[in-house]
Amino acid sequence: MVKFNRFTLDNGLRVIVHEDNTTPMAVLNILYDVGARDENPEQTGFAHLFEHLMFGGSVNIPSYDEPLQRVGGENNAFTSNDITNYYITLPSANIETAFWLESDRMLSLAFSEKSLEVQRNVVIEEFKQRYLNQPYGDVWLKLRPLAYKHHPYRWATIGKTIKHIEDARIEDVKAFFKKHYTPQNAIMVVGGDVTTEQVKQLAEKWFAPIPAGEKYHRNLPQEPDQHEERRETVTAKVPLNDVYISFQMGGRLDDDFYATELLSDVLSRGNSSRLYRSLVQDRQIFSEVHAYITSSLDKGMFILEGKPLEHISIEQAEAALWEELEKVKNEEIPADELTKVQNKTESTMVFSEMSLLDKAMNLASFELLGDAEMLNQETSRYLAVTAAQIKDTAAKIFRKDNSSTLVYLAEKTESALA
Amino acid sequence: MIDRKLAPDFKAIENINLIKPEHKKLDNGCNVYCFNSGDQELVRIEWIFNNLRFDGAKPLLNMAVNTMLTEGTTTLSASEIADKVDFYGAFLQVDYGYENSLVTLYSLNKHLHHTLPVILDILTNSEFPEKELETFKRNQQQKLQVSLQKNDVLARRDFNKAIYGETIYGLGASFDNYKSLQREDLLAHFKQMYQPANCTLIIAGKIEPDTLTLIKETFDKSWTNGPVAADTSQPELKPAAELFYLTEKPDALQSAIRIGLPVVNRNHPDFQPLQVLNTVLGGYFGSRLMANIREDKGYTYGIGSGLNSFKQGGAFFIATEVGADVCKAAIGEIEKELELLKTELVPEDELSLVRNFMLGSLLGSLENVFSHADKFKSIYFAGLDYDYYDRYATTVKTTTAVELRNLANKYLNFDQFYKVIVGKY
Repeated sequence: MVKFNRFTLDNGLRVIVHEDNTTPMAVLNILYDVGARDENPEQTGFAHLFEHLMFGGSVNIPSYDEPLQRVGGENNAFTSNDITNYYITLPSANIETAFWLESDRMLSLAFSEKSLEVQRNVVIEEFKQRYLNQPYGDVWLKLRPLAYKHHPYRWATIGKTIKHIEDARIEDVKAFFKKHYTPQNAIMVVGGDVTTEQVKQLAEKWFAPIPAGEKYHRNLPQEPDQHEERRETVTAKVPLNDVYISFQMGGRLDDDFYATELLSDVLSRGNSSRLYRSLVQDRQIFSEVHAYITSSLDKGMFILEGKPLEHISIEQAEAALWEELEKVKNEEIPADELTKVQNKTESTMVFSEMSLLDKAMNLASFELLGDAEMLNQETSRYLAVTAAQIKDTAAKIFRKDNSSTLVYLAEKTESALA
Repeated sequence: MIDRKLAPDFKAIENINLIKPEHKKLDNGCNVYCFNSGDQELVRIEWIFNNLRFDGAKPLLNMAVNTMLTEGTTTLSASEIADKVDFYGAFLQVDYGYENSLVTLYSLNKHLHHTLPVILDILTNSEFPEKELETFKRNQQQKLQVSLQKNDVLARRDFNKAIYGETIYGLGASFDNYKSLQREDLLAHFKQMYQPANCTLIIAGKIEPDTLTLIKETFDKSWTNGPVAADTSQPELKPAAELFYLTEKPDALQSAIRIGLPVVNRNHPDFQPLQVLNTVLGGYFGSRLMANIREDKGYTYGIGSGLNSFKQGGAFFIATEVGADVCKAAIGEIEKELELLKTELVPEDELSLVRNFMLGSLLGSLENVFSHADKFKSIYFAGLDYDYYDRYATTVKTTTAVELRNLANKYLNFDQFYKVIVGKY
């Protein structure tokens, strides 16, 4: 149970306070309701590049990191296809520094040309390091456009191509800020050794003077239901063959989300899961195999991934995966197996309450979904799932004409076998 | 109107309170340390064993034995172990480190009477079944194939080999090392190593009297020492004579760089002031290396420096991946930054920032009772006591710029650095 209080400033900024006096620290987490899905298809990677620019100084404060480190604080941020999230942890005695820094960059950035130039280079190096210079690093650059034909989830957060990053101009940066970085488009969670009264005062002092800005109305092309089998095979400099099968699934707020997530647990969570036991241990088809969902706000991806052993053909590997899928489509999972994945989920929720930052981020995410209180109902939503629902969900999702299969074939070179 | 240009007042961090454990010893010689705190009805229990002496002819035994502990006992198959643990929502982890091997159980208190017997079975009856061993060997070799395609992995392997020599720290596992693993070697290794006298048990979380009784009942009488004590001595570190290692990758978009040299470990009085020096140079986001090579030049997504501390010694290193075309330029900038530390005093303003940052990090690293137990582990296995943290706080607050400059001259001589580059140079 994560207790919290909540209020909204006149400019629309939503504020949640989680008091936890077992720690001498405080967390300030700000979620902006903007992600890669909000980008122009010709300027992809922008939300993430922008996240980097948020550290390049704001209108009144030339350096973001330095004053924070000076008071013993640390910070980071991440961008997903749906959101951009910034967080600070610092000794609670210095919480006002976090308000000062975060409110100034919500007010306005410095928009320095030098910062843009450097961060363009940094992001290009990130693109190379994580997506191009790694075996299988480009999987999301290939799988997303296969699984999505209309929705902006068809590109990865890093962007479609390095060219889009290179082309970013300071006017674009300013326009993006004006459109998305407004108080009414943000959710702030303050947690740890603080009081609600103190947070109210500080929020009024630092955030209330920020103009509300214009409301951003999201109107994205939605992905139609899939009715065709899709497939792409690439030959690449990778050491082993690799198979990805992505299925279209519902969004985070769909009723069958919880059954779908438990279905992925049945298939792949831990060493007692079906795919591991059957395909790695018993039948020895794969060296590793995974199933997971993207948990995106709009229609998501349910992904199976496995690296077949060297003597196993791609056809055999895919057939073996499909056999397991057919089983969950046709037979209800036994009661014990359902209890197992539900117990695991329940204890994961309890363990996540050990981390102040996790609690703060979770509150922000659920507030974005509609109500932070949903965090405290999560466990019961998972416990309410039945074996019949899991079977129905499997039957709905695991169809050939709902699948997008990406195969990596290892280019045989002498260096592959050192 | 508020003045947004003016930073709010802040307070320096004064007191850092560490939770110290309660110590008990079981009749079979196993030491138990308890950290009792927290609101959630759960515990983390760690069984920590000193690894056996490194054997160059069979270098992977410590790792293989630890990793395969969940793969079957005389009474439970791998599947049954996984089923039992997962059914009760528990998490069972095995973690292999250079010096210690761990078995960790995260469990809700209410399920401990179901989950603890599984651990006892693993620690007393593991048998490393032939089929699972073959699977392990094959899958590890597949993973190794993937790792060997990564430039940063190759750089780390070359670097460690150069500065640590024929020891576990210097080992870059080969396909043959995996192929030569034999079941009887694993069994013999297991019997000698996983004994109560070679085990430290650390419990953290909400520890109720029942919890302790249950642990004592489960792990005292039924778990006994074998005839031969564990040999946990280790061979000496022997750095190589050659300092420069280049592996060319004509298609590389980025080059991995790892450079550094052997230095003192945690037990030496210079180690803590070296941590301050390291932080200035490359130990935090605002460090000199990040400010110059990422934030000013844009050569990399990230660059950092660090200190390793092992039983017989330590090392200082700088690691990054940079655009292949700027590799030489990046190394030139690193050299400049080292030279600055040796010739100029760190300005007071920067030093006070680093002091506050380091103390804030220490405070922030104490997130929950598990982190307090982790702090204990760092000193306990290095043979240090809690004075270490008091000294750390004092060192961070009082080390002078002159001392830092002297340390840089004593330890960070670029000419003596081992330099590893994988990619283009």
